[in-house]
Amino acid sequence: MAVTTDPPLAGAVDPAPTRRGLRRPRALGAWAAVAPLLVYCALFLGLPTWALLYEAVRRTDPATGVTSFTARNIAESWSGFYLTAMWGSLRLSLLTALICAVVGLMTAHTIAQSRGRMLRQAVLTASGVLANFGGIPLAFCFIAAAGTAGEATGLIRRIDPGFALDTFTGLVLVYPYFLIPLMVLTTMPALEGLRPQWREAAAGLGGSAWDYWRHVGGPILLPTLLGGFVLCFGSSFAAYATAQALAGGTVPLITLRIASVLSGNVLAGQENLGMAMSLDTIFICALMMAVYLPLRARSARWLDS
Amino acid sequence: MPAAGLELSALRRCYGAVRALDGLELALAPGELVALLGPSGCGKTTALRIVAGFERPDAGAVRLDGADITPLSAAKRDMGMVFQSYSLFPHLTAAQNVAFGLRLRKTAAPARAARAEELLELVGIGGHGARYPHQLSGGQQQRVALARALAIRPKVLLLDEPLSALDAQVRLQLRDEIRRVQLDLGITTLFVTHDQEEALSIADRVAVMRSGRLEQCAAPAQLYQRPATAFVAQFVGTMNRVRGTMVDTDLVEVAGHRLPVDGERPVPGTKVEVLLRPEAVGLEAVPARAAADPAVGTVRTATFLGAITRIAVVLEDGTQVKADLPSHRASEFPAAGRARLVPAARPVLVIEP
Ligand SMILES: Nc1ncnc2c1ncn2[C@@H]1O[C@H](COP(=O)(O)OP(=O)(O)O)[C@@H](O)[C@H]1O
Ligand SMILES: [Mg+2]
Repeated sequence: MAVTTDPPLAGAVDPAPTRRGLRRPRALGAWAAVAPLLVYCALFLGLPTWALLYEAVRRTDPATGVTSFTARNIAESWSGFYLTAMWGSLRLSLLTALICAVVGLMTAHTIAQSRGRMLRQAVLTASGVLANFGGIPLAFCFIAAAGTAGEATGLIRRIDPGFALDTFTGLVLVYPYFLIPLMVLTTMPALEGLRPQWREAAAGLGGSAWDYWRHVGGPILLPTLLGGFVLCFGSSFAAYATAQALAGGTVPLITLRIASVLSGNVLAGQENLGMAMSLDTIFICALMMAVYLPLRARSARWLDS
Repeated sequence: MPAAGLELSALRRCYGAVRALDGLELALAPGELVALLGPSGCGKTTALRIVAGFERPDAGAVRLDGADITPLSAAKRDMGMVFQSYSLFPHLTAAQNVAFGLRLRKTAAPARAARAEELLELVGIGGHGARYPHQLSGGQQQRVALARALAIRPKVLLLDEPLSALDAQVRLQLRDEIRRVQLDLGITTLFVTHDQEEALSIADRVAVMRSGRLEQCAAPAQLYQRPATAFVAQFVGTMNRVRGTMVDTDLVEVAGHRLPVDGERPVPGTKVEVLLRPEAVGLEAVPARAAADPAVGTVRTATFLGAITRIAVVLEDGTQVKADLPSHRASEFPAAGRARLVPAARPVLVIEP
């Protein structure tokens, strides 16, 4: 770019005008840099979402062939068979997110406290990989380990004799595999951002360790924790490939239902209903993001100032 | 609350092979401000953290008004601590930060708020109570930290380089404020710094540390004028080192002058370095074509400092010497001119190089 002047140097000569002069080209440059991404998003995210929305409210009468716009698809997606799937997804997501938030936080805390740089690096790298490890490969690993003939199945069945991988419980066991690393990745920066001075200041003012966590550490971490929980929830809610590979038709989940409706497995001509369910899913994920982003912004301000 | 006396006795602390404290002794009278001064890594922070209770000594004791508090945890010591930076709780407002200690002590909310406001007023930022730390400048944050430490009416105030993260101007201003507040409250205070000017200007007494031990503890003027050791002499204030020779058991010859020796006295005949303050060095203009003389050098720079001008002279052997002259005499020594050193006739410290 032509206008990359070193800002402190330029500012030292004549701060105000230089700054104003620089800001505009720089902002333009920044926009130019993200433009390809924006175009990409518009094409491959915005357009499909719009199409989805359009299809979700459209209905063609099978008898007359007349197309009309209606909320019936969406209403139907929140009823009966489909509502059960929605409930299944919500329950599974809530439960796995809870488990993963707790276990992930404890893991991250242990690592943040430990002095071993190698351990920390190894766990972070592994988490980065595992958080993206899902779908068929993960399902295969679990089938090998805990499937009908799996090595670990016998062990688990001692605790729960009815255990099988293609059930709700099975999924609760599998999802943490990628969700705990996700939780570790989201909470680690916040845990490492807790300054030792805060703990010592609290102690110097007469506070116990409990006082510190109650009045300082806890409140500072809370946004990150909630954020991590929400992220796990969303991730679990939107997971498809892992669930499909493990529990194809046996566990009612919204993502599986969408897939079967869209592929015409159940009844032909139900694509619009599938679109409506997809819209519901997008709505729930958007809701999660709407909660997560402000929380993250808030704790980032505390931890970086 | 009447001020308390603080005593550090024979403190030792090792980190692996590093001896951070090696038998540190220091006593603070009630209401006194002592600056703990020393180069980076000499153990100042370790000493302060042991006093605060964040760190345990391997040996030695900390006494408060004669009572041994070494086994007490930090939470039970009633000491106010101000850290170098970033110690405010980021999710609390300035007023809530100040009131934190009172909240732990279950003080009623209205009393807490009143006390917080009073303290913010005392440290000069009344009206900023509702701001969050990230909305305050570095200097303001340190004021809040000071107010927070004082809110619990501590017996001792501990500050660990509280100014070193600040801009020069803010640093000077806040330094004076800290001293004013300390005198107002009459609180016994230990102030850690590596900046000798800061230590000399703020403290009743300055304790100079070196490698985990106390080198000298004295009032600023005494420390400056009568340093007990060569280390203190060089660490505190500006000091020239000029070559000389011991000519008698207590006489050193430097630049053709014989001066009495203070402190350690090497045997006669030893080549030594003589420590001279800039104000103890006079200058005499000499003609450009004078005979070679080790006490004569070339004027390099003249720095105007108001009533005095500091003139830097480089001797034949490359030694640079700074001399403070009354400014009206500065014109006698133009740059590149020749000048002879005239040390003032008073006792000097010498070191064997
Ligand atoms: N927690 C620690 N672990 C290991 N070494 C330490 C620790 N704290 C201090 N030290 C060492 O002890 C010495 C004194 O440190 P410190 O008290 O921080 O010095 P100062 O505050 O005077 O700069 C240094 O050599 C430092 O490296
Ligand atoms: Mg230090």
